[in-house]
Amino acid sequence: MRRKGSPWTGLAPVFLKELADHLSSARMRVLEWLVLLTGIAAVYTAIREIGSVTAEDPFLLLRLFTHARDPLPSFVSLLGFLIPLVAIGLGFDAVNSEFSRRTMSRVLAQPIYRDALLVGKFLAGLGTLAISLVALWLLIVGLGLVLLGVPPSGEEVLRSLTFLVVTLFYGGVWLAVAILFSVLFRSTATSALCAIGLWLLLTILWPILVPFIVQAIIPPDPAAIILGVTSLEQIELQQTLSRFSPNTLFGEIVLALLHPSTRALGLVFPSQLQGALLGAPLPFGESLLLVWPQITGLIAAVILLFAITYVSFQRQEIRA
Amino acid sequence: MSTVVVSARNLTKRYGRVTAVDGINLAVQRGEIFGLLGPNGAGKTTTILMLLGLTEVTSGRIDVLGFDPARDPLEVKRRIGYLPDSVGFYDNLTAYENLRYTARLARIDRSEIEDRIASALKRVRLDQVADRRVATFSRGMRQRLGLAEVLLKRAEVAILDEPTSGLDPQSTYELLEMIRGLKADGVAVLLSSHLLDRVQSVCDRVALFHRGRIALQGTVAELAREVLGGGFTILVEARGTDTATLAAIPGVRQVTDEGDGRYRLLADSDLRSEVAGRIVSGGGTLLRLNMLEPSLDAIYARYFEGARDAA
Repeated sequence: MRRKGSPWTGLAPVFLKELADHLSSARMRVLEWLVLLTGIAAVYTAIREIGSVTAEDPFLLLRLFTHARDPLPSFVSLLGFLIPLVAIGLGFDAVNSEFSRRTMSRVLAQPIYRDALLVGKFLAGLGTLAISLVALWLLIVGLGLVLLGVPPSGEEVLRSLTFLVVTLFYGGVWLAVAILFSVLFRSTATSALCAIGLWLLLTILWPILVPFIVQAIIPPDPAAIILGVTSLEQIELQQTLSRFSPNTLFGEIVLALLHPSTRALGLVFPSQLQGALLGAPLPFGESLLLVWPQITGLIAAVILLFAITYVSFQRQEIRA
Repeated sequence: MSTVVVSARNLTKRYGRVTAVDGINLAVQRGEIFGLLGPNGAGKTTTILMLLGLTEVTSGRIDVLGFDPARDPLEVKRRIGYLPDSVGFYDNLTAYENLRYTARLARIDRSEIEDRIASALKRVRLDQVADRRVATFSRGMRQRLGLAEVLLKRAEVAILDEPTSGLDPQSTYELLEMIRGLKADGVAVLLSSHLLDRVQSVCDRVALFHRGRIALQGTVAELAREVLGGGFTILVEARGTDTATLAAIPGVRQVTDEGDGRYRLLADSDLRSEVAGRIVSGGGTLLRLNMLEPSLDAIYARYFEGARDAA
C-alpha cells in the first residue's frame, strides 16, 4: 500500500524551527565558545611561530591549521576532538525530547510525515555545524591575512575549503550517531551517555585496542619477532581496523589535504618511491584522489547511520 | 443534516498477542459531540491514533471525511484537529510562536496566519498572554492552547483525548463550554474520557469502551433504557401517603420506602404529575418531587456488574 503526498511536506518549517532553537540555545553558545577559544589559541600560537621561522613556505595558510606547538595541539587535531562533542550536543535529544515534552503526537498530528521531522532535525543540526565551521574558517583565514600579511593562493583556499566540507561530514557522522541514540533511548541522559561513550571508545580506546586485536587474529611470525618488525599482514589488518573509527579517517584526510607533500597513507616500499621528488607537494587533484576512499567512507557512514535511524523511527509507537 | 464524517468498521489493533482494540464500529456525524468513554487502557487512545493514521491498523476500515488515514494521512491530518492526552508545548517558545509553528506545519497561508492565531487565542481567552512563554502556563491554559490549535486549523473534526483530566472544576467547566462552542461551529467532536459524569453533560452520543470493545453505544437516555431497565427514577418526599398508594399508580413498577417520608419510585415513563395528583387527592402534602437524570456512572457500573455476573 502506497501512501499519498510528499514526504517532504513540512520540511522547511521543521528545519527553520530547529535551526532557530539550536542557534539560540545556551548549550550551543557554550560549545561555540569552547571551539572558538581553543581554535584562536591554537592558531595564534601557530602564527607567532610561523612568523619567526618560515619565510619560504608556499602553504602558509595551511600551516595555520596544522601547526602544533607544545603544550597546544594543532587547530585540526583540536577540531577532530571538539567537533564530535558539538555534534553530539546538537543531536542527543533530537527525538526523545519531543516525547518527554509530550509534543511528538501534537506535531505528528499536523499534515506532515515523520520523514520531514527527522530529516528536518538532521539538516538543522548539520546546518548549525556548517554555520559555525564557516565562521571559524573565515576567522582563521582573516587572522592569517592580518597577522601574516601573505594572501593565500588559490590552491590553499581550495584545500582548506575541501577540509571544511570534510569536517562537516565528520561532524555529520557524530550527529547521526547522536540522533540514532535519541531515537533508540527514551531518556535524554541515556542517549547522551551512550553517544559520548561511543565517541570515547572510538577516539581513545580503539587505537589502543587495535594492536591487541591484531595480535590475537594474526599470531606474529617467529622470524618477524627475531627481526623485531611487524609482518605485512599485521600492519594491513591494523590499518583496516583502525579505519573503522571516523577519527582515523578524518585524520588521514586532514593529513593528505593540509600537507600537500603527503604521498601515501599506508606502507610504502622503497621501490614505489623510485623517481619521486620527496617533499615536493602533490597537486590538489592527486591529494584528493589519495583520500577519496576515506571521504567516501565518511559519507557512507553518515548515510548508513541515518538509514538505521530512519527505519527505527518509522517503526516507533507514537503514544508516549 | 446527518452526514457521517468519521466512520470505523471492524477496527482491530493487536500488539503482538495483546488485542488493544477488538473489532469496533463507530460513526460520528457532523456537528455532534461523540464521547469515547471507559477506563484507562480500554483502547480509547489506540482508536484515536488509528483514526489519525499515527498507528497502523491491524484490520478493519476507517473513513475520515472520505479519506483513509493509512493511505492518505496528510489529507486526513489537514482536516482533523487533535488535542492529545496531557498536551505538551515547546516551553522555550511563547504561546504565539507555538501556534505559528503549527500553522506553518499545517501549511496555512502566510497572509492568514497572524489573524487566525489572534482569533483562536481570543476564543480560548489566552490573547492576554500570547507573548508569554508556555513554560509559565498552568495546565488549564495549556489545554486551552491545545484547543486554540484545533480552532486555528479550522478543523472539520476535532479529536480531544482526555481534555479535562487533571483540571480543576472551574477550568473543566470553561473547557467544556469551549467544546460546546466547537459543536456550534458545525465541527464533529470526538471526546475521550474516563471521567464519565464530567463529560456526560456535553456528549450527544457516547460509546462505552471495555477491554478493547465498545460495550454500549448511543445517547445517554438510550443506554439508560437499555441498561437500567428503561426505568425513570422519581424521588418523592411527602407526608400522609404510603407505599401502597404510590404503587397503585399505573406505570409504577417498584416503590422503595427510604424512611422519613421519602420514597424512590421506578416508573416506565415520566409520571411526575400523576404522582403529585395522587398524593394531593389522597390528602397528603407533597414536599419534594424530583426525577433523576440517568447517570453514566450508574449505567457503567450496572452494565459491568451484569457482565461480570454473566461471565
